[in-house]
Amino acid sequence: MSATAPSTEAVEFRRTAEGLELELTGEWRVREVAALEMALAAIDVASVPRIRIATAGITDLDLSGAWALRGFVRRARRAGAEVSFKGEPPDQLRLVDETLAAQAAPDADALPARPVHDEPGDRALVALGRYAVRSGHDLVLGLAFLGRTFLTFTASLAHPRRLRPISVVRHVYETGITAMPIVSLIAFLIAVIIAYMSAQQLRGLGADIYVVDLVAIGVLRELGVLLTSVIVAGRSGSSFAAELGSMKLNEEVDALIATGADPYELLVVPRVLGLVIALPLLTVVADLIGLAGGALLCRYLLDMPLTQYVNRVNEAISSTTFWVGVWKAPVFALLISIAGCYRGMQVRGSARELGHMVTVAVVQALFLVILADALFAVLFMRLKI
Amino acid sequence: MDPVVEVRGLVNRFGRQVVHDGLDMQVYPDEVFGIVGGSGAGKSVLLRTILGLQRPGAGTVCIYGSDITGLTEAQLRPIKASYGVAFQSGALYSGLTVLENVQLPMIEHLDLPPTALDDLGLLKIRLVGLPADAAGKYPAQLSGGMVKRAAVARALALDPQLLFLDEPTSGLDPVSAAAFDDLVLYLQQHLKLTVVMITHDLDSIFRTCNRVGVIVDRHMVSDTLDRIVDYPNSWIQAYFHGERARARLGAQHGT
Repeated sequence: MSATAPSTEAVEFRRTAEGLELELTGEWRVREVAALEMALAAIDVASVPRIRIATAGITDLDLSGAWALRGFVRRARRAGAEVSFKGEPPDQLRLVDETLAAQAAPDADALPARPVHDEPGDRALVALGRYAVRSGHDLVLGLAFLGRTFLTFTASLAHPRRLRPISVVRHVYETGITAMPIVSLIAFLIAVIIAYMSAQQLRGLGADIYVVDLVAIGVLRELGVLLTSVIVAGRSGSSFAAELGSMKLNEEVDALIATGADPYELLVVPRVLGLVIALPLLTVVADLIGLAGGALLCRYLLDMPLTQYVNRVNEAISSTTFWVGVWKAPVFALLISIAGCYRGMQVRGSARELGHMVTVAVVQALFLVILADALFAVLFMRLKI
Repeated sequence: MDPVVEVRGLVNRFGRQVVHDGLDMQVYPDEVFGIVGGSGAGKSVLLRTILGLQRPGAGTVCIYGSDITGLTEAQLRPIKASYGVAFQSGALYSGLTVLENVQLPMIEHLDLPPTALDDLGLLKIRLVGLPADAAGKYPAQLSGGMVKRAAVARALALDPQLLFLDEPTSGLDPVSAAAFDDLVLYLQQHLKLTVVMITHDLDSIFRTCNRVGVIVDRHMVSDTLDRIVDYPNSWIQAYFHGERARARLGAQHGT
């Protein structure tokens, strides 16, 4: 009395009086493993005393196929069946057995431990605490980085060659000169926006002339330097972090240290110095283009003659307006370059870390620039500048 | 016996510099074929061409009988699944654990449930002699020898019959290098692999290779190890009979 139930092409089984007879055929390769596993899982091994497996029909058996077969054999044995092979068991099965048997620990231990889940409330508190501690730690390390950079810089002052003038010039070029087109364009557009928006409002009051005040003061004091810094943070902050980060990954920084060179002196100080020189210059460019954009718009939108525009600009701004904007630039440059270099030097281990640190560098540079600008606004108001 | 890999009339040039000029190479099933050549002789370029990472100027590259030089990316996909490659520096994905590295080809090419992925991944990791706790580590946490083994585990993810190794023992200490040679032999014998191996390591060549192809003057001279060492070419003579090789050859002939 026997019933045949061919479940797939690869596995045929017959139930006989003694138990189960399996006939395995076809290709048992990694491509078919999912199907093979399903076919084997469909076989009910409960209360089967004996299972005989014929593997002669398998044309091609690889390790993954053997692994699927081994899973079935183990399941059957655990269920109490006596499993035997018709002829020799395949070599591949033995190889899988040997490989996995050498493993003392069960499979689950080898996998990375899954995090233990606490109460949701605790978890939020723990996360908050961790975040606070990490942020504090981060701040201290960032200040240490700034201090180290400053010390390296002052130590180099005595030996101008150690300030790496060629490297500094390269960074002035890369962060400053090459940024001029985009900075100019943005400054122009910002002037257009201010002029256009204010003209709409002020025209109703018959106070057209104050459009000039808004453009001149807005661009010179705030927006020229702020938007230039935002662009530079995106361009150069990210490039500092990525450059130093990939040097870290490539062990180039370690190589420098190993040869007795100071990575702060060679890599960090020239970048900081280069940007501190470049950003004020870029700001001047942005101021000029912004004022020019304002002039253009006043000429064509408000029909204001150029001479009247220039005169009004002269009246609107005080002697400090321009310098207030330009003096902020080196501070912003310092914040951007330190954030970029610090995060770049923190990269270790993996490409993902590099991407993460570049993101952090840019976000923090932007945050620091805007925070500093707010502090400057309060400070200058107190000083009545 | 049909060759597994067959290169015919390969020409590769970069600008004016000709790297290969009518290079021929055959690799037969179940052999370990060593590719040898001086620095800059074009070993890596040859491997990149065979892997389809680079189109040759002229010539054909057949893997299992199909010429890959004219194939599109989609047509190459099944062929790429049929071999494994372990790159020189491992080229493990640094953001993934060893286990995830091994699983990546499986996820790309197969549709397996997560438990099967974990089991099969661990099987491959164990197979190359890595401890099970290496599975959860990131490449940056591994030693050089472990990185090489993990790279082989990833190369074996899809149970290929053909394995390419690029300087597998470079950067390893002699003991680790010998252990790696044993691993290659073990895998070759048990999995009936065909292995194509770029190497500089004389010990490795004598221990593992059946046949050796030497790139000299933009061509390849290939023969069994016994015969290639007597080939009348100055570079081959210098390589196999130089100061560093003499001790090794003496030992080989003595046994």
